[in-house]
Amino acid sequence: MIKKILDIFYNFGKYFIFLKRVVSKPEKAKPYFSQIIKEFDKIGLNSIGIVLIVSIFMGAVITLQTAINFINPIVPRTLIGYGARDMMILEFSSTMVSLILSGKVGSNIASELGTMRITQQIDALEIMGVNSAGYLVLPKIIATLVFFPILYVLSVIIGIFGGWLVAYFFDAVNVSVFTAGLKMSFIPFYITYSFIKILIFGFIICTLSAFQGYYVEGGSVEVGKASTRAVVYSSIFILMFNVILTQLLLT
Amino acid sequence: MVEVKDIFKRFDDKEVLKGISAVFVPGKINCTIGKSGSGKTVLLKTIVGLENPTKGSVFYDDREFTGSKTKFKKEIRREIGMVFQGGALFDSMTVLENTIFPLDMFTEMKTEEKIERAVVSLKRVGLENVEQKYPSELSGGMQKRAAIARAIVNNPKYLFCDEPNSGLDPITAGKIDELIKDIVEEFKMTTIINTHDMNSVFDIADKIIFIHNGYKFWEGGRDEIINADNEELQIFMKPFLSFKHKN
Ligand SMILES: Nc1ncnc2c1ncn2[C@@H]1O[C@H](COP(=O)(O)OP(=O)(O)OP(=O)(O)O)[C@@H](O)[C@H]1O
Ligand SMILES: [Mg+2]
Repeated sequence: MIKKILDIFYNFGKYFIFLKRVVSKPEKAKPYFSQIIKEFDKIGLNSIGIVLIVSIFMGAVITLQTAINFINPIVPRTLIGYGARDMMILEFSSTMVSLILSGKVGSNIASELGTMRITQQIDALEIMGVNSAGYLVLPKIIATLVFFPILYVLSVIIGIFGGWLVAYFFDAVNVSVFTAGLKMSFIPFYITYSFIKILIFGFIICTLSAFQGYYVEGGSVEVGKASTRAVVYSSIFILMFNVILTQLLLT
Repeated sequence: MVEVKDIFKRFDDKEVLKGISAVFVPGKINCTIGKSGSGKTVLLKTIVGLENPTKGSVFYDDREFTGSKTKFKKEIRREIGMVFQGGALFDSMTVLENTIFPLDMFTEMKTEEKIERAVVSLKRVGLENVEQKYPSELSGGMQKRAAIARAIVNNPKYLFCDEPNSGLDPITAGKIDELIKDIVEEFKMTTIINTHDMNSVFDIADKIIFIHNGYKFWEGGRDEIINADNEELQIFMKPFLSFKHKN
């Protein structure tokens, strides 16, 4: 038990030392730059598809659920569009999308770095005078911080569009009532709040997963385990920080 | 000349190297031999600074490497070429990009010049028309060749190879040995090769260092080893020698 607790402290320390290596000044800018371009593709562009699919269906089902369950006559039907919009903006497109991306991006990062570790590619980088942690991880962080907000915006737009499709094609809610609801009392700070959240969640996914992968010891079995740990730990920390940030920013 | 002085290395409660001192002959091939798990890789990693020794030091031509500043270590690493046990080519880069990489990091050359140097290096190891292929598209032997090309592209003074022919069939393994031997004769690099393949040792070693149980048990030349007066070394060589007699 005591050993477990000491282990947690040890790993926290190790994580922060790792972060320090990641953000230390690059020895040469140019190789980093071409890495960033590759990461834009791997982390950013490759995630658009899944975010769009999940968002459009969730937007649709949120609208449908609200429409079916708000049957009380004193509750105005415009609340359906209003609720769907704010649910996407506040929680779904930031928290849920991050959880989904932790499964995709996080496991990908951990297994990529883990494989590089066990096949000695990381050692090879070090021999060639490269700060491997910085070279491999910093471009991923940059790509994440650039792309996650874009993915967030896409998710909000497509999610609301999914809701609108429900209104258009089914009779659960009338289209004009739905769009009127979408325009109701919009609070711009909700967007800022969500941007802050998604940036922090992206950073958590990226660095925690990289940390798991970078220090893999052993063989391919350990790479698989690291990749699972990456997803589990990122998800737990995202959910924890979601509560903390909501408390700090919205109350 | 590469020299290690009284190297100890301990992992947690396991002492892997127990005071190894050795001089590696300059411009020649030095083979470190010993059975699997004897600590050859750990010794090589300590020499290049991927592991820090618990005690002891490493010298490159009388320059102390162990414990020196990162910047100075980088100066020395510029002069090192290394071939890892599995090749360790970067998966995400083509063969050409792999070979150019050390030049990217260590030199200020123009792109065309770097490409030219890399292509020459690839030719030298017998690889042509695979520049745009990815490592996963090459056979094991070709990967080893590409790894050697990458190691020698920046004209290193020191060349280190960890089991360069493991996992290859005997004929391909022999060809890789031959290649390394030719390259070392041509460029006169101080070379250290880890191996447990006695065939390689007899073919290419100028000096042999036998490691057993974390100690240096024996050292000497290729001609002396057969008659070496060392029981552990004889046990280590026995399977190979009896095999030789049968043929
Ligand atoms: N990072 C590490 N942590 C703990 N023990 C290690 C570590 N690296 C190596 N060892 C141990 O050190 C010993 C020597 O390993 P090493 O890889 O040097 O053997 P080797 O002589 O290269 O063997 P092989 O011929 O199989 O490559 C082994 O028992 C190994 O378990
Ligand atoms: Mg080894």
